[in-house]
Amino acid sequence: MTQNHAEAVAGIIKEFAADRIRLMDIALAVQHRFGCIGDDAIHVIADQLGIHAVEVEDMVTFYAFLDREARGRNRIRLSNTPISLMKGAIEVARAFEDALNLKLGETSPDFEFTLEWTSDIGMADQEPAALINDMILTSLTPLDVPGIIAAIRGLEDKDCLPSFPPKAAHMALMPKAIMRPSLIQAGPLLFGAHDPAAGIQAALRMTPEKVIEEITASKLRGRGGAGFPTGMKWRLTQKSAGSEHYVLCNADEGEPGTFKDRMLLAEYPDLVFDGMTIAGYALGSHQGIVYLRGEYAYLWEPLQASLQTRRSQGLLGPHICGHPDFNFDIRIQLGAGAYICGEESALIESLEGKRGAPRDRPPFPTEHGYLQEPSAVDNVETYVCAARIMEKGAAWFTSCGTKQSTGTKLLSVSGDCARPGVYEVPFGITLNDLLDLCGAEDDTAYVQMSGPSGQAVAPKDFGRRIAYEDLSTGGSTMIFGPHRDVLDIALQFSNFFVDESCGWCTPCRVGTTLLKQGMEKIIHGRASLADISATEALANTVARMSRCGLGQTAPNPILTTMRNFPELYEARVAPEKFAPLVALDDALREAIEVQGREPVEV
Amino acid sequence: MTETFRFTIDGVAIDALEGQSVIEACDAAGIYIPRLCHHPDLEPSGNCRVCTCKINGRNSAACVTPALHGMVIENDTPQLNNDRRTIIEMLFVEGNHPCPYCVASGNCELQALGYRLGMVAPTQPYQWPGRKIDATHPDIYLDHDRCILCSRCIRASKMEDGKTIFGFEGRGIAMRLNVGSDGRLGDTQMAAIDKAASVCPVACIVIKRDSYKIPNGSRRFDKTPIGSEIEARRGQHKS
Repeated sequence: MTQNHAEAVAGIIKEFAADRIRLMDIALAVQHRFGCIGDDAIHVIADQLGIHAVEVEDMVTFYAFLDREARGRNRIRLSNTPISLMKGAIEVARAFEDALNLKLGETSPDFEFTLEWTSDIGMADQEPAALINDMILTSLTPLDVPGIIAAIRGLEDKDCLPSFPPKAAHMALMPKAIMRPSLIQAGPLLFGAHDPAAGIQAALRMTPEKVIEEITASKLRGRGGAGFPTGMKWRLTQKSAGSEHYVLCNADEGEPGTFKDRMLLAEYPDLVFDGMTIAGYALGSHQGIVYLRGEYAYLWEPLQASLQTRRSQGLLGPHICGHPDFNFDIRIQLGAGAYICGEESALIESLEGKRGAPRDRPPFPTEHGYLQEPSAVDNVETYVCAARIMEKGAAWFTSCGTKQSTGTKLLSVSGDCARPGVYEVPFGITLNDLLDLCGAEDDTAYVQMSGPSGQAVAPKDFGRRIAYEDLSTGGSTMIFGPHRDVLDIALQFSNFFVDESCGWCTPCRVGTTLLKQGMEKIIHGRASLADISATEALANTVARMSRCGLGQTAPNPILTTMRNFPELYEARVAPEKFAPLVALDDALREAIEVQGREPVEV
Repeated sequence: MTETFRFTIDGVAIDALEGQSVIEACDAAGIYIPRLCHHPDLEPSGNCRVCTCKINGRNSAACVTPALHGMVIENDTPQLNNDRRTIIEMLFVEGNHPCPYCVASGNCELQALGYRLGMVAPTQPYQWPGRKIDATHPDIYLDHDRCILCSRCIRASKMEDGKTIFGFEGRGIAMRLNVGSDGRLGDTQMAAIDKAASVCPVACIVIKRDSYKIPNGSRRFDKTPIGSEIEARRGQHKS
């Protein structure tokens, strides 16, 4: 690193007031200025923040979107999910490989391009999708590839790396960098015009306690999937002693197959910010933070513009809506590619500039959260619900849904159906109703509810109701037709958890890899019945012993397909009582090639 | 005076003090909960999950769970012990642990837990990590293939030695123990008398020229199973 580079890194650190908490912003800025966070940058950061180099490395090496060594100046990340593969991602990938003369995972020798797969990027309704220099491209076909590469070259500025966060002006010059509006069916929550101040003004007419009572009366439950009662969470947070209370918005929408939060942030940002502001008032907080997944960096510019407008309208900043004592503002924290940061305590660790390893609980974030202060972490959709509840009243909200699951749910529908997209449906509708709504065929083989961490639902259960008390879901709804390979999809989901395990605890770190290997053996027809039971037993151990929700649910793709489709597993059972993990022929392949002769049949 | 209260573990009532974790309270009472990453002198970190117990009906790691009045805990059950043994197996196949010729044999907590939990041989496939040995330090060497990512050295170096020589690197199955000063222990301020050099439960951090002072067969776990020193406290009068 030259003196100039060291000074530039120091300048970036100064921008963030040499605050250790802002290490994520510092790392992202260095990454996008120099293309990586090299050894020298690590030392400059460590020195200036007054921490050790291993602590900086500990954080930097954790995130998929931060690099220790330089890769291509242009990053092409193709979404690799069962849905993207169904829609032709392989063909698109081959077209990129041919056009760039690169294999997936490689960087060109001139460091111009890196081509790689990435985990789900929240575009399941518009696959195949890609992030190219963090811009979103959707509905790709192989025919788009030459135009895309030409556009990348056209945007290139030899003096600096591509802009980060990406600019809308650049996206306008990129073919296929368009998001089709994802909302297919609006319900009471999203239907009709919205006055940004309505919910806030209604809240400010009440005491903070009364606001929490109203949210409690609405029986609103967390929309991220866990379903914790929001009123109770707010009450616990408000009652906890602290020098500051924080309102945190979980916009790390990483569950494969979901994209409803992306839709809300793109199309209804004011409702999200209204909800956070109302929470700020209820909790006595002055600071809200949106943790926005790195994959959604292209939303940074419009969201900042929206925040700025709200400040100019008196909806953020000092004396909101003229209230003498209510001062509240919101900042956005970008993530850097880690599914685990959707887990609330990992999200908080990441917000504090550390690796996204979950915390052990207790204490819960409501008591000791961000900076050890009481914090309410709620999903994007939850804040939207809260805003509407304040505007229209708890009774309006409870008039919809079931007794235990009030209101409506946004479902991200994708896969084998005529109309993929976001559907706002009242809680209590059956899965069959939903399949009719989105135009799925009658011969649907199964539905993956709530993403890989949820469950594979077979046709016999399509009469079940979507509700916390029956089929609980965070929103991801992937539909698979009769021609899809159930076990192969389960393997793809198992691979996802291998990539996304944080590594902190043994059962998840090692278990996810062992489960993947077990599934591979089954799929290749080399597993005996005993192997299949051993994989099932291992899956149950990983589920019981893992530290957080990721590991506890990582075996679900295997366990729920074993339960619902045992015949598919039985069909792959090897005839032998025992088969080694590695086929003998494969193990000997290298030796056979060296010797130039095949083994003699005995 | 600190307040005392009671909870039960496997049906036995235990007196505990305010501020104790479940594992600390049980240790003091002579009830052994198998554990690996926990070390009595260090802040708990909950990495290994071997000490997982069913606490009030939910699986939680005993090292990071504060003891509370009236807790009902299951510890020595067939399912928990099976799950613990599976975790020990996972660590055996994740790294490279050839007990018969390992310097730590007999002192190794991973090996000792394998014996205590009845592991015969790993049933899972070996992962063959192939990590490099770091012998750059004059008095200590690091055999990364033996590392079980328990974070004891990381915690000891940070909190006890005040040096922060170790950290994690990467994530998931690719996670590794990382050493400051660009990965070479010899370039760090590490000393053989550091706490971080003495807390490794396996043979990842090894003091040079010290390994066979006590011969195989006469070592810590060669004579008594792991946990027996805790169980010996059972029923003793507490001062």
